[in-house]
Amino acid sequence: MANFKKKQAGSKQEVPTSAMPDVVFMLLFFFMVTTVLREVTLKVKLDLTQASNIEKIEQKRLVSYIYMGPERLPGNQIGEDKVQIDDAIVEDLGAIRNLMYDKLIEEPRLIVSLRVDQNSEFGLLTDVQKELQQAGTFRINYSTKREAD
Amino acid sequence: MMLKKKKREGAEINGSSMADIAFLLLIFFLVTTTINVDTGIGMVLPPPLDPEQEPPPIRERNLMKILVNSQGLVLMDEEPVPITEVRDKLIEFISNPENDEELAISPDAAIVSLKTQRETPYSIYIDMLDEVMGAYKDLRDAASRSNYGVPYDALADDSPQQDQIRDMYPKKISIAEPDS
Repeated sequence: MANFKKKQAGSKQEVPTSAMPDVVFMLLFFFMVTTVLREVTLKVKLDLTQASNIEKIEQKRLVSYIYMGPERLPGNQIGEDKVQIDDAIVEDLGAIRNLMYDKLIEEPRLIVSLRVDQNSEFGLLTDVQKELQQAGTFRINYSTKREAD
Repeated sequence: MMLKKKKREGAEINGSSMADIAFLLLIFFLVTTTINVDTGIGMVLPPPLDPEQEPPPIRERNLMKILVNSQGLVLMDEEPVPITEVRDKLIEFISNPENDEELAISPDAAIVSLKTQRETPYSIYIDMLDEVMGAYKDLRDAASRSNYGVPYDALADDSPQQDQIRDMYPKKISIAEPDS
């Protein structure tokens, strides 16, 4: 008598999973290498100063950063003190007024965090602060590290 | 004859690697999340001064002028003061425990004016500002401890208690423009 029953595969079909941890680790390393943790590329050298009577900014959404410090030049050289907002260096300080005013319109509770290199001169800071006053962004924060007691 | 269709084997996704994927995601987010909060000295800038408008009159005794030069030397009301004593001097000026004629009438009338040179390094300026902030923090802490038994930081944000202490010792700090 002829057997019409279909022949079943002798072995169970299964995807081999022994290589899965390797794949997973490869992905992990790939993301670890490619993820950029900092949102902006710093074009100025920044070495924050320390202070002990500091407060935390809880609402990070409100913060907009202004970086000030000596410009990084190609070949590990360091230039003059410059102001950086977002990703670009602002050559004309008068432009800060409009830049910050636009940000204030978008976020009325804006806090401007000034991240200034500890060796920068006060003169540049006061020029920037004058522009901030004109823009109407009065809430500022001098970004510092916590001083070790 | 067997015409009956053969029952299909239930398709199943292998779930043993789920744990690995979960760990992968966990590690990924652990690595990418920035935990460090931004810290710094908070200030509120004054609105720009109208050139026609006269600045409001301030009584001389309520104003503490602090001058810092680019070497970090300090003058407080024309007297040279080492930086380590600035905080104590400020506390004395603001609280004025003995009702000295030269010092502030009341803590809420006291104004601290900080002036420095264009050449002053930022770190010296921040050190000075830190001392002023420290003086106010000490005073607020002392007031909060005697009234409510807890330091100022322990009071709830925007609570009436905190508002009261803040009104007792408002931070009136003026950052003067450098001359040169």
